[in-house]
Amino acid sequence: MNWRRIGESAMESLIRLCGVSAVLFVFGILIFVFREGQDFMFNRLDFGEFFTQIAWRPTAEPPTYGALALISGTVGVTLVAMALAIPFGLGTAVFLSEFCSWRWKEALKITIELLAAIPSVVWGFIGITLMNELVIYITHVPVGVNVLNAGIILALMSVPIIVSIGEDALKAVPDGYREAAEALGATRWEVVYKVLFPAAKNGLLAAVLLGVGRAVGETMAVLMATGHSIRLIFDGQAPFFHPLYPGRTLTATIAAELGETSKGSDHYQVLFVIGLLLFVITFVINFSADLIVRGIRKE
Amino acid sequence: MHMERGVEVTDLSIWYGQKLVLKNVSLFANRGEILGVIGPSNSGKSSLLKCINRTLEFIPRARVEGSVRVEGLDVSAYSAHSLRRKVGMVFPLPVGLPLSIYENVAFAPRMAGIHRKVVLDELVERCLRQSALWDEVKDRLGMLGSKLSGGQQQRLTIARALSHEPEVLCLDEFSIAVDPVTTMRIEDVLTDLKKSITIILVTNLVQQARRLADRVAFINDGKLVEFDLTDTIYGEHPREKLTFDYVRGHFG
Repeated sequence: MNWRRIGESAMESLIRLCGVSAVLFVFGILIFVFREGQDFMFNRLDFGEFFTQIAWRPTAEPPTYGALALISGTVGVTLVAMALAIPFGLGTAVFLSEFCSWRWKEALKITIELLAAIPSVVWGFIGITLMNELVIYITHVPVGVNVLNAGIILALMSVPIIVSIGEDALKAVPDGYREAAEALGATRWEVVYKVLFPAAKNGLLAAVLLGVGRAVGETMAVLMATGHSIRLIFDGQAPFFHPLYPGRTLTATIAAELGETSKGSDHYQVLFVIGLLLFVITFVINFSADLIVRGIRKE
Repeated sequence: MHMERGVEVTDLSIWYGQKLVLKNVSLFANRGEILGVIGPSNSGKSSLLKCINRTLEFIPRARVEGSVRVEGLDVSAYSAHSLRRKVGMVFPLPVGLPLSIYENVAFAPRMAGIHRKVVLDELVERCLRQSALWDEVKDRLGMLGSKLSGGQQQRLTIARALSHEPEVLCLDEFSIAVDPVTTMRIEDVLTDLKKSITIILVTNLVQQARRLADRVAFINDGKLVEFDLTDTIYGEHPREKLTFDYVRGHFG
């Protein structure tokens, strides 16, 4: 009996199982969400209405299921969040890895990680109280819980992710690159955008996309800070995008309404269809990121 | 005959924190000549080079005393970037920047404000020819520089160092990661280049300095043991016994 070989193969199967289980879980969740919603989705849901109508009245008689305003809410909040978080997060990552002294760096990293540890409900509080006042004070709108408010909150929540992954990506660039570029007469900023950005682009892209993923999927803070009212954020009126409107997102709708539905009802099932839609959105984001990264690698 | 001083180092001392790594070194390199700097590893040779293009400034706690003059002017009188455009530097391990072959060579000229494609094309070709790489890469200039072989990458870094038309070219152990045939080719390139510029060649290979250099400085343990014409250093009667022993491989 060779115990070492048995131990080896046992370990190998265990590790293989761990790897496979990740795939199993993803498909398991997909199948579960699909099963709960499929009856309504294929038999009674009007996809034309779902994607083009604003009226989301699942409890009215007769009910209408227009999710366009919810989709616009999710897209709008994500756009605001990313417009703030990407430059701010990448800027912080560059500062931490390239310009900051060692002592400052440790202090800043700990603080930023602390930012990531704040529960999303607490962010929601900040949105309703502090940020609400701030938005009213600056923009003079009557109600300060709106898409801008939620976007700022989400940006603050995504920044720690973008910073820590972005900084890792920049740190992984060999020092030889920096020395070589500096010896060629590049300034430190030229080193960053001519050498480090191209060298670390995969990691930086991953950082940004994880940030986007967080923004799309975040629920509680957004539920509290958006105003949760059904309204199109995008319309034909200039400037076509209205971050000062209150809005509502796909995730917040599920969280707010699922508890009130009876299992198996149309309302219950349509929330699972929304879940499926969120699943598809995140899948498309990840998949296109994968394609971009692959394209970069092939070059 | 009066020779023009490309680089002149006077009483140079370097500390890393409390540690003295180079002590009172004085030497010079003339335009049209190659200065070989030999000595065991860790003797302070690379630190000397870093003073010439002021990249030593990036090392925390490094301190310098004495003067280094490039083309007659103290290095502190240049801005760091104009100095580094005057002094080309080739590192021990080739570093292909994560850019295409073309962009690797066009990097410095672009930063200097050259953007016209015709000018850049011409410049890239000239530098790659000078570093004996052109024939091997002319059909694939768009390929990532880091995908070339070690020897090719080292010639690419030489092409890159030449791209800003330096007055001084410093090479730090360029042949560490390069095969003998490529080493010989680069040595030919250097012999050709020295006609127009000043070259400082730091090397562990005693015979390489003998083949190429016009003058040789022997540095041991942070001190300049001897600095003289190559023939004297490698001849029967160098001034110091240590030099004699080192170039004949009795220690080191």
